[in-house]
Amino acid sequence: MCFMSMLIRVCAATAGAVMVKTAMTMFNRTSDAFARFLDGDIWYSFCRSPGAIVSAVVAILMILASIFAPVLASQNPFDLGQVDLMDANVPPVWMVDGDPRFLLGTDDQGRDILSTILYGSRISLFVGFASVAVSLLIGVGLGLLSGYVGGRTDAIIMRIADVQLSFPAILIALLIDGIIRNILPKESHGELALYVIIFAISISGWVQYARTVRSSVMSEKVKEYVQAGQVIGLGGVTIVIRHILPNVLGPVFVIGTIHLALAIIIEATLSFLGVGLPPTTPSLGTLIRIGNEYLFSGEWWITIFPGVALILLALSVNLLGDWLRDALNPKLR
Amino acid sequence: MTLLKIENLSVEFPGRRGVFVAAHDVDLTLAKGEILGIVGESGAGKSTIGNAVIGLLEPPGRVASGRVFLDGERIDNLDHGAMRRIRGRRIGMIFQDPLTSLNPVETIENQLVETISLHLDLTAEEAARRAVDLLDQVGIPDAAIRIKQYPHQFSGGMRQRVVIALALCAEPELIIADEPTTALDVSVQAQILDLMKDLCKKRDVGMILITHDMGVIAETTDRVAVMYRGRVVEIGDTEQILGAPNHDYTKSLISAVPRPDIRVDRFPLVTYIEDVQERAPDFNIKDHWLGRAREYGTDTGILLRLKNMKMRFLTKRALLAKNRIFTDAVMDVSFDINQGEVFGLVGESGSGKSTIARMITGIYKPTGGQVEFSGVDLTALKTRREVNPWRRQMQMVFQDPFSSLNGRMRVLDIVAEPIRFHKLAGSENECRDIVLDLLDVVGLGRGAAEKFPHEFSGGQRQRISIARALATRPRFLVCDEPTSALDVSIQAQILNLLKDLQEELGLTMLFISHDLPVIRQMCDRVGVMKSGKLCEIAPTETLFTKPGHDYTRHLLSLMPRLGHMKV
Repeated sequence: MCFMSMLIRVCAATAGAVMVKTAMTMFNRTSDAFARFLDGDIWYSFCRSPGAIVSAVVAILMILASIFAPVLASQNPFDLGQVDLMDANVPPVWMVDGDPRFLLGTDDQGRDILSTILYGSRISLFVGFASVAVSLLIGVGLGLLSGYVGGRTDAIIMRIADVQLSFPAILIALLIDGIIRNILPKESHGELALYVIIFAISISGWVQYARTVRSSVMSEKVKEYVQAGQVIGLGGVTIVIRHILPNVLGPVFVIGTIHLALAIIIEATLSFLGVGLPPTTPSLGTLIRIGNEYLFSGEWWITIFPGVALILLALSVNLLGDWLRDALNPKLR
Repeated sequence: MTLLKIENLSVEFPGRRGVFVAAHDVDLTLAKGEILGIVGESGAGKSTIGNAVIGLLEPPGRVASGRVFLDGERIDNLDHGAMRRIRGRRIGMIFQDPLTSLNPVETIENQLVETISLHLDLTAEEAARRAVDLLDQVGIPDAAIRIKQYPHQFSGGMRQRVVIALALCAEPELIIADEPTTALDVSVQAQILDLMKDLCKKRDVGMILITHDMGVIAETTDRVAVMYRGRVVEIGDTEQILGAPNHDYTKSLISAVPRPDIRVDRFPLVTYIEDVQERAPDFNIKDHWLGRAREYGTDTGILLRLKNMKMRFLTKRALLAKNRIFTDAVMDVSFDINQGEVFGLVGESGSGKSTIARMITGIYKPTGGQVEFSGVDLTALKTRREVNPWRRQMQMVFQDPFSSLNGRMRVLDIVAEPIRFHKLAGSENECRDIVLDLLDVVGLGRGAAEKFPHEFSGGQRQRISIARALATRPRFLVCDEPTSALDVSIQAQILNLLKDLQEELGLTMLFISHDLPVIRQMCDRVGVMKSGKLCEIAPTETLFTKPGHDYTRHLLSLMPRLGHMKV
């Protein structure tokens, strides 16, 4: 357990250092790059696609709302000092018995639903982004390796990918989640649940990245600019990182966006099934599960509102991904 | 008698950054049985004219003004249905690429019969008979048998014959042929052109032949229209245009065609096309960083020696060794290149020229044989650390200017990469200065450094590619078809540049091309390749005047000639 959290910290620190360094080197070109972006086809296509604009606005609003949850929420639903059992099961404000303090009502323990949604989507989004980042690192890395080296390495990586693809992603995530829970000592479950679920979702999602990157690499590596690099004398790693990687990233962003929505849904599903995050750090999925028990006793708002939030989040991110795919590949239109 | 009349035709493509006018007030007429050539370079609007006539402009293109008459009847304002009945029935089309203009999952018979019965009122049997008849006419042997076959069973030339038969199905009055022979080898090209010429005369069909190739124009057309940036700058009899052109552009276009008969020092009059930045007059390349290639010594004699080079590619993978299938791309090729010499390799596609270039520069690892560079056997060196100092002395210019530059990097970084990698400059500032000078030397100007490759045309990109190759201060330069993707006048500019650089820097060069006239202009000695083997090596003059090998004679006989050109 100690080892795990240390490992995570070390990884985060390294990643942070790398990012700072890249940011530094990129700094003098950032404003220029931004100007080119505003002039580029992607931004042009974005400005002419109402669906993309609406989804982007919704997604950004939800992300901002979750980041600033401590400021926006009327209470911290997980601070027991702020919760009063007397306020349990208050319906939304527009219904009879509604209380203006609780816009979307409260749950059985008197927690404000709107606040729980804000805090819950915070966790959902964190799990989503973190899983996408880890998946992307694993997938892009293996894809580059597989595509550039080829031969036996490629065969082994791709057969593993094929095997994994023959199971549904949710099943893989469940499996990994279950295995890790069995290995880890019971008392650390609550503390590490968040990282376990991120790991499980990441492992279930890397295949898409690896396959896409592999096929792009295979078509890029025979191009003459790669051969020009070989003639200069560059080594394989330099060619892959400096020349091939930037040219295969387009589709990766598309998959990343769509995968973000998927990761949020998988997390919600796992939490709904009770194998995900514990009620002490509830995500949207956990909230839906808790509310589900009250659905038939009339307190529908406990489950419906977190559900709507989940749908809005997943849908807007998904639509954004669809638009990005079309924008990057004009031939599909 | 006028068959087709185009009046004041303008075609425009509205886009993000304003309206692009692809054709500007074009006036053309075509008589029955006449072949009118439209010649010009890429982007001149040749194909746009053809597409506008048959109403197949790619969206968002549209006819902005003008009228088109077919046999006195106006056709540019017809609706889709009416236009469809004209297309195929009265106007036949022949496209550039025979590999993609036939449906691969239908037999030739089905495709022909479908088109015939669509346009002509014939029974299935009559249509089938007519299909065989057509194939016979376009010179396909055993037409009755071959008609049952699929497109992939035909060679490129045969497929183009099928496409011509398809265009003739409904006995059209007009045929529009858009670069019909560009995708074919020269030997096939001649046959196809003869066939098309013959059919036009025999059937009294008018033809518009769109091409960038002056040789094709000279051999096939009666009259020719020269297009430049969307306008017809000159139109007249082919003899007159080729022999005594009036317009400056036509003159420069004709003078840019490499002459097969004599070697000229430079191509004249090619500045009309694309502005080239002249380098500063006080710039002396010999004193410059670039000129310090002399550090290698000035020994004469053999610089590169290839001994029994072999290369086989695995074409079918299998677990068991006996089931694997190989192709021998290069079989036992040996030759020497002397210091300061330009050695040419010529041959048709697939003859192994490029494979040899890639084995020399280390992109492919040869299956057998030795590459001796400056007396050192490079194939015996195992690690990159050992090979790199030698690799630095040889660089390569590639064929495709669009894929040979990494589109995500600035020109500065592209050209600086070899300098940085081999640590040839003391500081980043010095490196930057060298790159800027290099861009000057290749005629791009210093402003190019901050731009990205997509902001440049094909010829300019090829200049960037040359600058990158020069950035290691090489003494040996491999040019693999450096101009075959370029327009003829751009080609002339690039060839001029390569010649200048070769002289100024004393470079040794391996120049690979399928184009004999280009080889003649560039090379001192030439090797002729055929299916992986070297047929003949001879000094250029000898090769062109007294070829020793049958295959060389065959290649020379196919060389397009502009005989009566006077500039």
